[in-house]
Parts: sequence; structure tokens; C-alpha cells
Amino acid sequence: MLRLFKYLKAKDYLALVVAIILIVFGVMLDLKLPDYMSDLTKLFYSPNYQLSDVALPGIKMLLCAVGSGIISAIVGFLSAVLSSNFAKYVRYALFSKVLSLSPSEIDKFSTASLITRTTNDVTQMQMTIAMGMQVMVRAPITAVLAIIKIIDKGTTGWVMATGISVGVLIIVLAIIVSLCLPRFRKVQRLTDAVNGVSRENLTGLRVIKAFNAEKYQLNKFEIVNTDLTKNNLFTSVATALLNPLMMLIMNGLSLAIYWIGAYTINNAVSLESQEQIFSNMIVFSSYAMQVVMAFLLLVAIFMIVPRAMVSGKRINQVLRTKIDIKEGSFNKQTEIKGELEFKHVSFSYNDEKDEDNEEVLQDISFKVERGKTLAFIGATGSGKSTLVNLAVRFYDPDQGEILLDGVNIKDYTFKNLYNRFGYVSQKSIMFNGSVKENIFYGQSLAAEDEENLLQSLNVSQAEEFVNSKPGKEEYIIEQGGKNLSGGQKQRLSIARAIARKPEILIFDDSFSALDYKTDLKVRTLLNEKMKDTTKIIVAQRIGTIKNADEIIVLDEGKIVGKGTHEELLKNCKVYQEIALSQLDKEEL
Amino acid sequence: MPRMMMHQQAQSQSRNGSFLSAMKQLVKYCKRFVPFMIVAIIFAVIGTIFSIAGPSYIEKVTNLISSGIVNRHIDIEEVAKICIILMIFYISSAVLNYVQHLIMAIITNKVSKKLRQDINIKINKVPLKYIDGTSTGDILSRITNDVDMISQALNSSVAPLFSSITLLLGCVIMMFVTNYIMAFTAIISTIIGFALMILIMKNSQKYFLARQIILGKVNGQVEEIYTNHSIVRVSNGIEENEESFKKINDKLFSTDWKSQFLSGLMQPIMAFIGNLGFAAVCVVGAVLMFYKQIDIGVITAFMIYVRLFSNPLSQIAQCNNYLQQASAASERVFEFLNQVEVSDESNKTTYLDPAKLKGDVTFSHIRFGYTSDKIIIPDFSLDVKAGMKVAIVGPTGAGKTTLVNLLMRFYELNSGYIAIDSIKTSDLTRENVHSLFGMVLQDTWLFNGTIRDNLKYNNDVSDEEMIKAAKACGVHHFIKTLPHGYDTILDENLSISAGQKQLLTITRAMIQNAPMLILDEATSSVDTRTEILIQDAMDKLTEKRTSFVIAHRLSTIKNADLILVMRDGNIVEKGTHKELMEQNGFYAELYNSQFANAAE
Repeated sequence: MLRLFKYLKAKDYLALVVAIILIVFGVMLDLKLPDYMSDLTKLFYSPNYQLSDVALPGIKMLLCAVGSGIISAIVGFLSAVLSSNFAKYVRYALFSKVLSLSPSEIDKFSTASLITRTTNDVTQMQMTIAMGMQVMVRAPITAVLAIIKIIDKGTTGWVMATGISVGVLIIVLAIIVSLCLPRFRKVQRLTDAVNGVSRENLTGLRVIKAFNAEKYQLNKFEIVNTDLTKNNLFTSVATALLNPLMMLIMNGLSLAIYWIGAYTINNAVSLESQEQIFSNMIVFSSYAMQVVMAFLLLVAIFMIVPRAMVSGKRINQVLRTKIDIKEGSFNKQTEIKGELEFKHVSFSYNDEKDEDNEEVLQDISFKVERGKTLAFIGATGSGKSTLVNLAVRFYDPDQGEILLDGVNIKDYTFKNLYNRFGYVSQKSIMFNGSVKENIFYGQSLAAEDEENLLQSLNVSQAEEFVNSKPGKEEYIIEQGGKNLSGGQKQRLSIARAIARKPEILIFDDSFSALDYKTDLKVRTLLNEKMKDTTKIIVAQRIGTIKNADEIIVLDEGKIVGKGTHEELLKNCKVYQEIALSQLDKEEL
Repeated sequence: MPRMMMHQQAQSQSRNGSFLSAMKQLVKYCKRFVPFMIVAIIFAVIGTIFSIAGPSYIEKVTNLISSGIVNRHIDIEEVAKICIILMIFYISSAVLNYVQHLIMAIITNKVSKKLRQDINIKINKVPLKYIDGTSTGDILSRITNDVDMISQALNSSVAPLFSSITLLLGCVIMMFVTNYIMAFTAIISTIIGFALMILIMKNSQKYFLARQIILGKVNGQVEEIYTNHSIVRVSNGIEENEESFKKINDKLFSTDWKSQFLSGLMQPIMAFIGNLGFAAVCVVGAVLMFYKQIDIGVITAFMIYVRLFSNPLSQIAQCNNYLQQASAASERVFEFLNQVEVSDESNKTTYLDPAKLKGDVTFSHIRFGYTSDKIIIPDFSLDVKAGMKVAIVGPTGAGKTTLVNLLMRFYELNSGYIAIDSIKTSDLTRENVHSLFGMVLQDTWLFNGTIRDNLKYNNDVSDEEMIKAAKACGVHHFIKTLPHGYDTILDENLSISAGQKQLLTITRAMIQNAPMLILDEATSSVDTRTEILIQDAMDKLTEKRTSFVIAHRLSTIKNADLILVMRDGNIVEKGTHKELMEQNGFYAELYNSQFANAAE
């Protein structure tokens, strides 16, 4: 957790130091109050005190109260700025780190977990720091200063009473906390389980009803619900003890001090010492209360800090991840354009290189030239998507190399590399913003003008539906594209890739949500309007790829066929099978 | 907490009207616990009264000691007597308080358990129309967040509210009884402090709202960019995003520290109120003592009163907030619990035995729309003979899946009827209708549990039968490669492809062995070669069974006995593959576009 503090700047540390000094002053002022009270009580016993004698300690007391209030406000200000600053730095560091991670690293954390780390965990730490300034620093200082004050004023009896109270308090709290903490964690898990079963019920409602399995699901829910309730009950019964017990200890302590005081005073020899003890007694009881309160706060710290430490650890894990896909330095133009070559590329998702570790891709070699169409086909899990993911450097191959326009893709700067590619993913991705912003997302070499926009929408066959929307290209797409249909999203994703005017367009099974007619239309327009662009198409439908210049058939990570549709039909068994499963003999 | 409290307050102020009605419903729901609650409240009040008595006894002790000093003798026995009485008061107060907490904790847990349970039962009872129109997250948040909110309010505000009011009133009364000038001093100094606090809080609302809004935006961007990371990367959008995030993050900072500062002020102000009261009581007390109006005991008593007095004020404010939040939460919970349910069917006696079913299905002039002004199926009639394989094709939005929803009675018809073996499905219970169909959907729903439990889902079959079905669907081998075979638990950690999931759901339907089948895009995530294998298994399964197949890939359904081509809720063509191709209409056009050459 401490490692994260390096994100703070010098002025933040200055604020921290100033805050701590101020807290010490504030506590001293707070603890001064009972002193003046003691002065007042002593006054009462002096034989002939004047009313004006009351004024001075009175004014001092008021000043102390106001002064400590002002100091607390300043400390509050400093800690608010400090903790918000901290959150700002760390949040930004996380965001930009996550952006630089490769998909495989993101998968390792899972997107959901990265989101929580950037949002909740940062907020958690921010709260802890803000509270920490107020509580973590303040409580020990109060405890120490109050004890120092008490030590010389207290009789053995009082000190013991205070010590016992603090002791009992700590022991009871320790027991309750140690009993409840594991349960709290369990409650968290069980809440997730309750959530999980309910989610299951909701998402699977049709299946549940179709199987008449409502009772089955309810029984499952009953089990987790009962379990959750039991655990909740345990923790609430245990924590219910806290409040009454604390009240009892505090009340009991002040009572004990007076009771013990009565005896001590009675046994004292002289009138002066009796008066001294009496005034001490009133003061002591106030201080004792401060000590007990300080220890209470300290316990609270023990409950907050572990949570913050967990958050800190989770944040650090992300920040310290080594990026395994680094960009190169090549940022120049190339003579060759639109040419992609794989040379003996092998790849596996697992990091450990076990003997029996299955490679997703084995010894893949091919070359595609400018303006040509290359297609990949194969069964689910044959490695088609992985292959194109390697081309755009979502992953790096274990063996072999990939050349783009004659240069190894590892040598390119990301900017130079991605300016050459237009990539359409399997799942259409939409950003919150207008259609136009979605089309011109990110940066490219192409002009972001009306002409480009219209052409992209036309080629992707998105024109018609975009024009039917209110505001047309200014139509606002909601997060995740919720206000668009699957086919519409896919058409816009295709438009986005086209608008980049890339050298190479990659379609990773991107035509599947389009009906056959639109699929055909888009491909026809691509060939007409983007003649010089190399097209790489991953598909499942034979129809989509039939006319490609070259088709590569993948099976279990290996190339099992290469050629045109007609050639493959003659000499590639896997291709024949795929074709047969989709077309009739006579249609072939 | 204070930050949230105030944000909620801003929201809740506008809903004061509904506060009472929501609370009334909650109380009605907790009806059988109300007597226990009253007991808890009484305990809380008595416990508080005991603790209010404290200062006046401390005052007596102080006075005894003080006068003892003057008289050179302290009445130790009297001191001991008072101390023991007070100790008994304190202990009984603690015990009563604990019992009160205990009662409320038990009630709270029982109520929240019942609420969660009832919501879950309700999910099965509301029409699917409602669930389809509501987001999953919304209902889930009612089960967890809203129920939690209610239970928190029940647990931590009902009894404390009453004990705080008692404490407040008790303190005021006791202070006035003891000395009215001192009472005024204590109350006025506390009120000054609270006025200050309210003033600051009133002015800070806008910062909390602003912060909440910007925080929402920041989180939104984080979520969107992380999820869409791959496209951001290949679009060279990283720099752009870093810049825009920096901007919004800086903006968040500027509201963040302000709201944090203001909410952080609560505590210093509370401390200030305490100190101010303390100082005021001491000074005024000293003056009064000078004029021999009071003795030292009164001052010590007031020192405690001041502390007791400022607590309930902030506690009442806190309770009020909790209750406001709870009312908003219970409004949401009861809104769901009060939803109209599907019609009761316990009086239906007609029953179709799945074992003796022939499998004739008739659609007669059915008319349906998800909303009454948007009719999707205007008038649809069809006779399906037992054992037929009926395929339904057509573009998205043609009403294919709607037809299945109606067949299964997930939705009710606007007019017309569907009959199975000449018995109207509306005369059967939904449960009976469901038992007649096996169903595989495009959405591959599997639950958290072992593969075995998933496959045997709610069906009593032997392991042999299960394995036989798994082999037929070609998943037996795949299951065997999993770490624990059929006992492998399916959860997020186990990554299996959509295709494999689909195979599992097909196996599940096969095991169910219902007399009729519905396949809604059942093989869409499987590659075409695997599909052929499944098709074979399916064809064995669908033999002699009436089956309805919806397919995207036309190759899948070529061998159907009847192909219905749907467009805008109507059948535009029907016949076998051969007949339809000969007609050279919409179907032929759809079919041919699969293979058409891209014009070059």
C-alpha cells in the first residue's frame, strides 16, 4: 500500500506534514480544556474569589474550543485535498496502465476486476486516507497526550480503573472483531451467491419455465438465503454487544473514578490535598474519557486499514504488471504497402511451456499482397481468430515472425502499425457518442470529413438505417450500443474500420450478424470501392469467402488447405466437409 | 457515510409524500413482528431513562464529597449506596439495550430473508413480459441493495430513534429540573453549533450532486474503454482517451475535494459543539456558583448532560436519513412485489399426459403484440400434424421467436387460440404445456453447478441415460477431458466455448425427452461440421416427434416437412424446400443469397 504513496508530489507531502503538526496542536487545545476547568474548580475553594477571576479561564476555554474547531477545519481541508489528489493520481495511473496492457494481460485480471480496481478500490483508499488523517493520526496523539496529563494527576486507583476499562474494551472488541471478520467475508461471498442464483433465475427464466424447474431453483435459493441469514444474524448479534458494552464501560469508568475519589479524599490528610484531589478527580474523569475514546478509534483503524491494504495490493498488482507486448520504434513509411506475411508462426495461450501443452497455432506461413482477398475458414476452435489477433499484435507469437510491408510488426510503433490496419472484431463494439464519433473513433491517416463518412456508411450498408435515425450521423449511440440492433452495430463496426482507409482490412467473423443479402452487398462494394485495400476475412459461411483470391483452411491450429474455392473443393477434405455441410452436392 | 447521507437527502426530500405510504407497506409486511418491535422500543426507552438518571446521581456524589471536604468528613456509606444504585442502573440499561438490539437483529434478518425469498418467488409469477422489459440488474439490485437498505434501517434506526428522542426529552427535562439557567446555556450552545452545521450542509448539496454526476461519468468511461479495449487499441485511440480521461479526472478532483472537505467538517463541528457546550457550562456554572446559586455537583452533572445532549440530535438526523433511504428502497421492493401476476390456474383440471400425447398442433387465427398498439402477428393460422418437423425462417423481427413464446404460453394471445391434440393450451396449466415441450434456445443458459446437475436438470434419469444422450450429442468426450468429468462445476472460471455450451443445452433437452421439441437457433454457435453431427442426433430425437425449428442457416432445415417463411408476422410462403425453391419467391431469394458471387 505504501508503494502507492510515491504518486504523491512534494506539495502533498508538505500538506501531510502541516496537517500532522496542526493535529498535534488541535489535540493539545482539546486537552487544555479540562485544565482550565481544574483552575475553575480550584477557584471555588479559594476563600474569596472574585467574579472577574472566572473571566480569564472562561475566555481561555472558549478560545480553546474555537481554536481547536478552526484547526480541525484546516486539517479537514488538507486531508480532503490530499486524499482527492491521491485518488486522482492513482486513478489516472491505473487508467493509462490498463490502456497499455495487451488483451492477454487484461484477460488475466478480467475486465470486470480491472474496472473495480480503477473505481471502487481507488475510492476505498481515498476514504481511508481521508479518515486516516482525522482518525489514525489523531487517536494515538490524543491517547498519548491524555495519558501524559493523567499520569501525574491520577491516584493508583484511578489509573488502574482506566487501565482496566481500556483493557476490557480492547479484549471485548478483539473477540468480537475476530469472531465477526471471517463471517463478514463469508457474508460477502454469500451475498454474491444470493445474487448469482437470482441472476440465474432471471436470465434463465424461459428455460426454467420450460423445464418446470421453478421449485428446483427456489430450493437452491432457499439454501443460500438461509445460509446468508444465519451468518448475518451471527454478526449482528455479536456487534449488537458493542454499543451497550461501550456505554457501560464509559459510564462505569466515570462512576468508578468518583467512587474511588471519595475514599481517597476521605483518607487524605490535609484540607489542601483534599481540595487538590477533588479538582484532580473532575479533570481526571474528563481525560480518562478521552483516553477510552482514543482507544476506541484505534480499534476502528484496525478494521479499516486491512480493507485499504487489500485495495492497495489490488491496485499495485495492476500497476506493476510488466507489459509483455512492447511497441517498437519504426515510425517511417514503407515502400511496399498492404502486404502481410506469416513466417512459421506458432502460438499457445499458456505461459508455461509444458511438453503436452497444446499449441493453438502451429507453423503457420502465408503471404497476402496488396488488394487481394485472403480468407480463413475452419471449425470453432481451429485458431482462425487467434491468427488475426496475432496480426494486430493482441498477442505475440511464440515462434516465427510476422511481417507487415516487409517489416516485422514488432518493430513498428503502435501508431504506425495500427494506422495500417482496419480491424472489425467478432463482437461489435460501440462507444457512447454520436454515429460520427463512432465512425471516426481514435486516430488514423484518413481525413475525417463528410465524404469519407458517407462512403464508409455506404459501403457498410449502414446508410439507410442511420438516415432513418433522428439526427442521422449525429444520432447518439448509448453505451454498449443498446439502442441499436445486432446487425446495425455490426454494420457500424465495419464502417469504422473502412473510415480509417487502411492498407489492410481484417474482418474477424464480422459478417455473421448480417443477413446473406447485406453480407453480399457489403462484400461487393468493398471490392468496388476499396480495390487497393488488402482484405483478410475470417468466416464460417462458405458463401462469404467463396470468391476470395485465396482461402486458407485451418484445422486444430494447422493449415490443412490453401487455394481457391474450386481448388480446395477438389483437394481439401476438411473444406469439402465444411462445404457439404452448408451446400447441396449439386450446388457445389 | 455523511456524504452518502447528504446525497440521499437531496433525493429524498422530493419524495416526502410517498415516504408514509412506503413505510405503511413495510410495517404491514412486518405485521407479525410488530409486537416484538414494540417490546424492543420499550426496552430502548427504559434503558435510556436509566442512563439519563446517571448525571443526577453523579451530582449527588460530587456534592457529598464536596460538602465532605468542607465538613472534614465524607459520608462514605452514602457515597457507596448511591454508586451501587447507579451501577445497577447502568448495568440494567446495558442489558435492556442489548436485548433490544438482539430482538431487532432477529426481526431484521427474518424480514430481509422473507423479502429476498418473496422477490424470488415473485420472479416466477410475474408475466415474462415484465421481466423482458426490466433489466436484470434492476431486479437484482432490489434483492440485494434495497433489501439491505431496509434491513439496515430496521436494525439501526427504529429503536435508536425512540431512545434518542427519549434521551433528548429526558436530558432537557432533567437539565431544567436541575437548573434552568444552566439548561439554557447548554441548549443554546448546542443549537448554535447545529445551526452552523445545517448552514454548511445546505450549501454543500450542490457539490455532492456534482461529484456524484462526474464520478458516474468517470466510471462510465472506465467501463466503456476497458470493455472495448481491443478496438481502442487498433484505432490508435489510446492517446485520445488518456487526454479525455485526464480532463474528466481533473474535473472530478475539483468537486471531489470540496465535497470531501464539507462532509469531513461534520466531525470537527460535532467536536466543536461538545467543546463549546463544555466551556459554556463551566463558565456559566462558575458565575452561578459565585452567586451561590448552585453547587459544584450541578456543574459536574451538566458536563455529562452536555455530552449526552448533543448525541441524540445527530443520531435523530442520521435515523431520519436511514428511514428516508429505507422508504425509497421499500418503495422499489414493493413495487415489484405488487406487480400483477399471471392468472391463477389452480382450478384447471384438463390435463394432457406427455406419455400419451399424439402431437397435433393447431394455430387458429392468433393475433398478438407485445403492446396492444404494436401488433406483431396480426392473423396466423396453421395445422401441424403429429410427427411433423416444422421449420420457421425469415428475417430478424419477422416474429419467429414470438411464435415460440406463444406456443410455450410465455406470453398470452390477444385473440385466437393454439390447441394441442385439439385441446386449447389456455385450458391447460402452464406447467402442463411446458412439460409437453423440450426446448433449446439460442441463448445458452447453464447454471452454476456440476455438469451432471445441469444435464439432468429437474429430470430424474440414470447416469447411463445421461451419458447415452451426451454421446449422441458428441459432448461425452469433451466432458471427459474436463478436470472432474461430469462433476466439473460450471462457473466463470471454467472457460468453455459458446459452441460447447450449446451442445450441453442440446443434451439437456435430449435427456428431458419431452414429446415435442422447440429448437430456436439451437445450433447457431456451432460450426457447420459439428452441426451436421448434432443434426443427425437431433433427427433421431425428432423422429415421430412434432418439432419446431427456427434457423438462421437455411442448410439446417432443408429436410423439414414444412417450411414456413415469415415476414412481418405473416406467413408469406410455405411448403417443402423443393417446392419453395421451385416457387422462386422470397425463400429462394434468401437461400440463393448465401451462395451468390460477389460481383467483380
